[in-house]
Amino acid sequence: MTVALETRGLSKRFGGLVATNDVTFQLETGARHALIGPNGAGKTTFINLLTGVLPPSAGQVLLAGQDITDLRPEARVRRGLVRTFQINQLFADLTPLETLALAVGERHGQGRDWWRRLGGRDPVAREVDEVARRFGLADVLDTRTDTLPYGKQRLLEIAVAFACAPRVLLLDEPAAGVPEAERRDILDAIAALPPDVAVLLIEHDMDLVFSFARRISVLVDGGLLVEGEPAAIAADPRVRAVYLGETAHG
Amino acid sequence: MSAPESLARRARWRWPEIVFWLVAFAAIAAPSGKHLILNEIAILALFALSLDLILGYAGIISLGHAAFFGLGAYAAGLFCKHVAPDPLLGLAVGIVVSGLVGLLTSLLVLRGSDLTRLMVTLGVALVLHELANALSQWTGGADGLQGMTVGPLLGRFDFDLYGRTAYAYSVTILFVLFLLARRIVRSPFGASLMAIRRNPLRASALGVPVNRRMIAVYALAAAYAGAAGALLAQTTAYVSLEVLEFNRSADVLLALIIGGVGWLYGGIAGALVFKVLQDVLSSGAPQFWLFWMGLFLVVLALVGRERLMGGVRGLLPKALR
Repeated sequence: MTVALETRGLSKRFGGLVATNDVTFQLETGARHALIGPNGAGKTTFINLLTGVLPPSAGQVLLAGQDITDLRPEARVRRGLVRTFQINQLFADLTPLETLALAVGERHGQGRDWWRRLGGRDPVAREVDEVARRFGLADVLDTRTDTLPYGKQRLLEIAVAFACAPRVLLLDEPAAGVPEAERRDILDAIAALPPDVAVLLIEHDMDLVFSFARRISVLVDGGLLVEGEPAAIAADPRVRAVYLGETAHG
Repeated sequence: MSAPESLARRARWRWPEIVFWLVAFAAIAAPSGKHLILNEIAILALFALSLDLILGYAGIISLGHAAFFGLGAYAAGLFCKHVAPDPLLGLAVGIVVSGLVGLLTSLLVLRGSDLTRLMVTLGVALVLHELANALSQWTGGADGLQGMTVGPLLGRFDFDLYGRTAYAYSVTILFVLFLLARRIVRSPFGASLMAIRRNPLRASALGVPVNRRMIAVYALAAAYAGAAGALLAQTTAYVSLEVLEFNRSADVLLALIIGGVGWLYGGIAGALVFKVLQDVLSSGAPQFWLFWMGLFLVVLALVGRERLMGGVRGLLPKALR
């Protein structure tokens, strides 16, 4: 198995607070990996370090073997490291069509093109159609994003990331806040992601984690506590103590 | 409807747009008497369009946009006086000078909050204003730049006293630059600007190089403002320090806000309303016109443009809203 994404000794300190503590982690090509941990474990900081929103205090991030630690967020996206957001970060008054065409066009290096019409070149419009169909958005392409049902917005959140052609996809609580009726669509969309895309799922919802992940890492106090297969994680007494026990009460 | 069709539909011309431009051009042939104010409207419209490119599309707020307007005016004026009287050449010089200074100063507006940007843009305009004041051997300082003899347009059409040629010139340049802006905002580049205005974090998470796009659009808007300034200098054959004054930055922001940001026609509509209000209100009691303008703004802000203009816009077809 080749490694799609890797961190080596990744650390982030905010003053005296260690938010990420020497995390060495590998995500294999085509992985279905979940990252769990109690609130405040440092999951968000870890994502921000991976995507380049925050610079690390120490350590490296490697994408397909290449050091990307010093790359800007958008450069990482163009190399195939893409994330979704726990809270929708969509363009409220644009339509899904415009949002997806933007993402696809940008990937094709058209973002500097100020002369042709958005989607004027054939592959863009066709790819937008494909992505929209894959995520069940084909019939709402021309609806303003902020008027879509919440479940559709969550799907769009994933679809936009998918439109960036990720090699590694970081899904930050994709089903958070979605009503039960629409939840199935999200789970199906995630399950149907292409097998060659490495997916790292950051999630609180244990049902989703155990139905999706083939490997699980547990983050506690900024450091990796343990990593293993779901059954092993579920049985691990340390994990039960710090995490599963906590959710059982909470 | 499939994505290719929908995307194509986005860029299509709507009939109200066509009617608007036909009327704007037909006004060239209108009886004399109104061309001077029409010329002012066209210039303010271009200036507001320029501000809309950064504020309405990229979300960069500026309180010093007159910096580029004034630069364009002085560049065109000095070029006319010392190099060549041809207006189109002078216009090009105004555009290039403002665009270059826009490119340089864009680095100052990349970072920081809206408040920082307000201060920085205001500061740049103040600095330029004082420079123009101090360099009076070239700019004429407080007396203004005099002695411009603008040549005939295309070597044929002289600028007349009633402003007919001036309006024809300004409205044509406005139209050409509007076409370009319309093209730009509907391009992938324009789409990335719209994404940046709404959510820079997400835009960069889609692979959009936010800083580079902001530099590009800021320089572009500066060049547009320079064109507006050059038009004013050439059509009035005079440049005063007023072109760089704070009032001008504030007026253009007001005009744009009256017309609505982020739809290109906002600047034009706002300029029309602003100048007509100014004309009507100040014909009664010139010194009080700002009172009514202020009142209008307060009502606009409190009632909301949507409700106030809702009646007007409701009459328009969906295409122009």
